[in-house]
Amino acid sequence: MQRMKFVLGGLLILAAVIWLIATSTQASAEYFMTVEELQAKGESVIGKNLRVSGAVIGDTIQYDPETLTLKFTVAHVTGDNKEIEAQGGLAAVLKEAVNDPNRPRLQVVYHGPRPDLLRNEAQAIMTGHLGEDGIFYADELLLKCPTRYEEAVPQQVEQ
Amino acid sequence: MIADFGYGILVTALVVALYAAGAAIYGARKPSARAVESARRAMLLIWPLLTVAALALIYLLVNDHYEVEFVYQVTSRSMPFYLKVTALWGGQAGSLVFWSWLMALFASAVTLRNWARDREFLPWVIVVTAITIAFFLAMVVFFENPFARFWQTASGVDAYTFRPAGGLPVTPEDGRGLNPLLRHPGMIIHPPMLYLGFVSFVIPYAFAMAALITGRTDDRWIRITRRWTLWAWLFLSLGLVLGARWAYDVLGWGGYWGWDPVEISALMPWLTGTPFLHSVMIQERKGMLKHWNMFLIILTYDLVIFGTFLTRSGVLSSVHAFAQSAIGPMFFAFIGLTLITSLALLFWRWPDLRGETEMKSLLSREALFLFNNLLFLSILVVCFWGVIFPLISELVTGQKVTVGPPFYERATSPLWGALLLLMGIAPLSAWGRSTAKTLGRVLWKPALAALLVVAAVYFLAGVRNVVALIGFTLIAFTGFVTLYEFWRGARARQKAHRESLPLALWRLAGRNRRRYGGYIIHISMVLMAIGILGIEVFQTETQGTVQLGEALALDRYTLTYTDIARFDVPDGRNVTRAVLQVTRDGKAVAELHPRIDYYYDSQQPMTIPGLYSTLADDLYVILVDWEPASAVGATFKVFHNPLVNWLWIGALVFIFGTLVAAWPEREPAYVPVRAAATASGKA
Repeated sequence: MQRMKFVLGGLLILAAVIWLIATSTQASAEYFMTVEELQAKGESVIGKNLRVSGAVIGDTIQYDPETLTLKFTVAHVTGDNKEIEAQGGLAAVLKEAVNDPNRPRLQVVYHGPRPDLLRNEAQAIMTGHLGEDGIFYADELLLKCPTRYEEAVPQQVEQ
Repeated sequence: MIADFGYGILVTALVVALYAAGAAIYGARKPSARAVESARRAMLLIWPLLTVAALALIYLLVNDHYEVEFVYQVTSRSMPFYLKVTALWGGQAGSLVFWSWLMALFASAVTLRNWARDREFLPWVIVVTAITIAFFLAMVVFFENPFARFWQTASGVDAYTFRPAGGLPVTPEDGRGLNPLLRHPGMIIHPPMLYLGFVSFVIPYAFAMAALITGRTDDRWIRITRRWTLWAWLFLSLGLVLGARWAYDVLGWGGYWGWDPVEISALMPWLTGTPFLHSVMIQERKGMLKHWNMFLIILTYDLVIFGTFLTRSGVLSSVHAFAQSAIGPMFFAFIGLTLITSLALLFWRWPDLRGETEMKSLLSREALFLFNNLLFLSILVVCFWGVIFPLISELVTGQKVTVGPPFYERATSPLWGALLLLMGIAPLSAWGRSTAKTLGRVLWKPALAALLVVAAVYFLAGVRNVVALIGFTLIAFTGFVTLYEFWRGARARQKAHRESLPLALWRLAGRNRRRYGGYIIHISMVLMAIGILGIEVFQTETQGTVQLGEALALDRYTLTYTDIARFDVPDGRNVTRAVLQVTRDGKAVAELHPRIDYYYDSQQPMTIPGLYSTLADDLYVILVDWEPASAVGATFKVFHNPLVNWLWIGALVFIFGTLVAAWPEREPAYVPVRAAATASGKA
């Protein structure tokens, strides 16, 4: 009898935790995509939570401090680690992506302070959603500069 | 020269560690007391050896030996002395050396204790600690040598341990410098604390394994390691809190915890260590939960190894994890191997570890402790799920899906809330049997007081946020229950001994340090919860571009922008520093200096906030942008973080509570005699 109570209690906790995990995963899942994949999927991903990574093209960075609006364009980089290694490491891949005019590109808009690590050939990992205008609206920006710091802590910016 | 010497010492230390493990196994199997003694002496040799190796590396760091790759990566000429020293743990190779050094320190300390009563544990404790040290040293010796130097060969400049054929030495003019994010006084204390917490959890694990191997599976191993565990837990907790404070001071996003994989990996051993700390009490007292305790300490050990790897692997926050470092697969192999071996030992001894009594009632102390354990493990499962979910989803659907901070916040906050509630109830429940009625009798007063507080929060302060109201209810309830426990205990003692109330309180806590130390820790958790609730629920922000003389307003504060300057400082920074006059309700309260530090050597700016901190709230200002040539003015972002200071105050109370609980007790024989005397005196 007592044993039953404990088993029931345990099952109840288990069920609660599974429910918490399942619903929270659904509510906050972010689909990780490359720029190419994003453009291939097109309209089907509009409005979904997305996480996109790309190489920052330095010349396109515009910042308006009055409205704290940051605009820049990223170029497609592969998400496959082995491919990156094969092409000579992240720094080389980012550099090539920026200098290749035929790469798929994506315009990004972000509101907030200008991140310290944002510069040409940085890797940007952006969380946000794709607007109907084809512009990516980022809520969070993570940046990594492999050229100088192989072991850098990526900077975290939150809204 | 020094570099070769240092490397030689590391190799020697590795050989000695392997010898210690081998001799200890031989000595235990044979059995040969001489072999065990030899293993013990070998163990005592490792720490001095590693001290020499670490000093050699520090010598290279502070004397700008940039021909050494590690020195080149983490220091530069312009860095201050203290940062050059702390750069020892500023990169992966040096961290591994530092980790091994701390581990050896703890292992030596433990081999020096009095083993008279526990002779059979000694060889196995040496085996476990020596193998752990040997693993880390092997990583350093074979994969991540901090003493590797640059050599020019036909294929270019690269770092090698030994001079390659036809190689010419290369000495760069200056180093890259430590990552600016790490150039902070927090660097002195935060990583060592975390590492201390990590390595000291290896000691209870070693004793647990010794207990399993020798078959001495009573609670002796727990009694020996009780204090070690408490210190380990203190260091780990402090490491986490210091990291949070550092993030708050330096990262400039107004927060303290971002749920990134590295933070989570440091939190995970805490999520198993904390329930371990609680459930060993049940084993000591009732002889229950023995399997469970073994399982928890095994898990803690492997999470510590995992955390060490992840915090220094340099592959943070990126979904492209683990591949960049050569030692990743090694770590996973080691974790897998130790986990399988430990669990196999546990199953082998499974019948010996059966509980001596059964759980009787759902509200008994032991049952509530079990719930507490389950809640902690649930949070662990949530964290683990969040970290591995991208891998799973990619395997199953081919689409990489990640979860961010909202996932962790949403999934763990009800669990944290439930833990807070249990923290209030569990200490008041009785061992063996407890009913809602007996619990109600001790709980109704604090519950009533909590309701009054929440009513005040609702009606007087006008808080309507549901999460905040639930949070405040739990906080007030648990806080009052714990304080009421002090009051009840002190009153009872006051009456029995005719002492003044403060003296009674002092003696009460002094005689039951573990219990009252624990209560103080519970209060500290309540205080931290206040801070966390404050910043999570009530944080507000504003931003704007203002001209000199203009002001920004947030909450009751007005910030007037009065000055700005840009200048160079000698350690290689260019500083842009703004001055803001802050008034609250019209009264001047502070002058803040948010600034942007631009590091020339790494071409990287750092945003340092200006902070005005009171018990009620923090005003947190960052300078976003300023161009000297333009007329647009300066842009600021301002955060108002209510109550956040209680998070840090709670941390101080926490240290105090843990010290009370961990302080060595007086001779245990003294207490029963005294208790008997009082009992007979009363009769």
